[in-house]
Amino acid sequence: MHTYTLKELATGLRARHYSSRELVRHFLDRIAQHNPALNAFITLTEEVALAQAEAADARLARGEGHWLTGVPIAHKDIFCTLGIRTSCGSKMLDNFLAPYDATVVAKCQQVGMPLLGKLNMDEFAMGSSNETSFYGPVKNPWNLACVPGGSSGGSAAAVAAGLTPAATGTDTGGSIRQPAALCGITGLKPTYGRVSRWGMIAFASSLDQGGPMARSAEDCALLLQVMAGFDEKDSTSVDVPVPDYIAGLNQSLMGMRIGLPKEFFDQLDSAMARALEEAIAEYRKLGAEIIEISLPNINLSVPAYYVIAPCECSSNLARYDGVRYGYRCQNPKDLKDLYLRTRAEGFGAEVKRRILIGTYALSAGYYDAYYLKAQKIRRLIAEDFKRAFETVDVLLGPTTPTPAFKLGEKLGDPVAMYLSDIFTIAVNLAGLPAMSIPAGFLDGKPVGMQLIGNYFEEGKLLNVAHQYQRVTDWHRKLPPGFA
Amino acid sequence: MALSVEEVTRIAYLARIGIGSEEAARYVKDLSDILAFVAQMNAVDTSEVEPMAHPLDLPQRLREDAVTEHNKRELFQSIAPQVEAGLYLVPKVIE
Repeated sequence: MHTYTLKELATGLRARHYSSRELVRHFLDRIAQHNPALNAFITLTEEVALAQAEAADARLARGEGHWLTGVPIAHKDIFCTLGIRTSCGSKMLDNFLAPYDATVVAKCQQVGMPLLGKLNMDEFAMGSSNETSFYGPVKNPWNLACVPGGSSGGSAAAVAAGLTPAATGTDTGGSIRQPAALCGITGLKPTYGRVSRWGMIAFASSLDQGGPMARSAEDCALLLQVMAGFDEKDSTSVDVPVPDYIAGLNQSLMGMRIGLPKEFFDQLDSAMARALEEAIAEYRKLGAEIIEISLPNINLSVPAYYVIAPCECSSNLARYDGVRYGYRCQNPKDLKDLYLRTRAEGFGAEVKRRILIGTYALSAGYYDAYYLKAQKIRRLIAEDFKRAFETVDVLLGPTTPTPAFKLGEKLGDPVAMYLSDIFTIAVNLAGLPAMSIPAGFLDGKPVGMQLIGNYFEEGKLLNVAHQYQRVTDWHRKLPPGFA
Repeated sequence: MALSVEEVTRIAYLARIGIGSEEAARYVKDLSDILAFVAQMNAVDTSEVEPMAHPLDLPQRLREDAVTEHNKRELFQSIAPQVEAGLYLVPKVIE
């Protein structure tokens, strides 16, 4: 059952091949067996999952329910879950029992998707390798010596290894797409404002966006259908109707214009480029027109991001003061000591680094040189995309410069780690939707292909991804050892 | 752009993160590397460019000024490090 897609699982539930309870039990057993090697979960919610499964079975027996009723899911530990620890991968929130559910969590619950547990992640979603987690690194199921990517590394590893049929992730600079690529799964970062950020612990508020991570584009469509929509509790949620993502999957790609940003390919390793060329050839066969385009300012995206994201993080993370919730240092001698030591002891090295960069860039006298400059570059990048979408429907390129790298390889060099998101970051700055889908292997490690769409065109992206997955089977491959 | 130990110490204090002198030395290198990297932004002339604050350039929504939330003090205080009589406790501030 762990090799099935969401659609196959849902069909099996309706045909009474198994109950939701049996399905949940199966995945809980898989987790017990394989999680020790992967460290993908921070918290297991066995009792909650079984109770929700029974409720789902009752709904299905009455002939009620939604398509995904009874199909289990696991959430990245950045989404608040009422009464369940929501750590955000940090010692700061190790004891934090969220007092409410995130909108995304509530929506999955309303549909009747049992919650298997909370997934490991880089601390406060700051990292590209899942090595900054307070709960230790996650391992890549395709090669246990390699990172799963980050920050949604637990989500990607758990889906790839068949510990959950689907997961949620969040993407601030590539945190859904990069781990999806490195673990060989399908992940979608929606348009900024498409999925509610209510109850999603904030890192960089103008960039953060939650989205689905699963085995296929079809599965991501099913899950996005549940997650997406206007939420008045999120002031940046956009009130645009949610289309029927499933209905659009089977449109022909005849005449679809796919753009290749030349800057992405100019700097790409030749083995990665070869894998993508095969995918491009498939798209030609499907009737798409391939057009080279240019995004001239794309190389400025990583520098601009590493000003904007740390600035917003330094402001967002000011709330962790040891007073209202979360970690507090022992025996503070005065209030100043309480703040200084709580934050020194509660945050890990990468989070502190980013808070310090952001504090510096926003400090008196530096605002114009850093934050304002980065926001101007942000507009240049968004305009590059706008021009591109005047001539093409979607963009295609690599998700990452290389397949999964070794644990520890980039941990000591922040800038080298930042550059592993070189192809994903611009999308967040512009606020566009984008996906990563499996497109082959290099040395036994998955290669991800990125598809970027225009604002609110998730449906078109899913269509383009699904048509590729109909004629290829990279997305059905399972890591040896987890089959 | 290289920072000094004094600057790093001052920034850490502004961010209310206690750091020792050894840690400060390490952050001098890390932060200087990051600032040198982001300095690539200066290669472009942006004097005519409007800064972009919101990805969709949308204004913030407004709503009726009506009460929509209810007090959940007990629930919120149940996860606080130290409370007494409905108040959050911190070390004494005024002697």
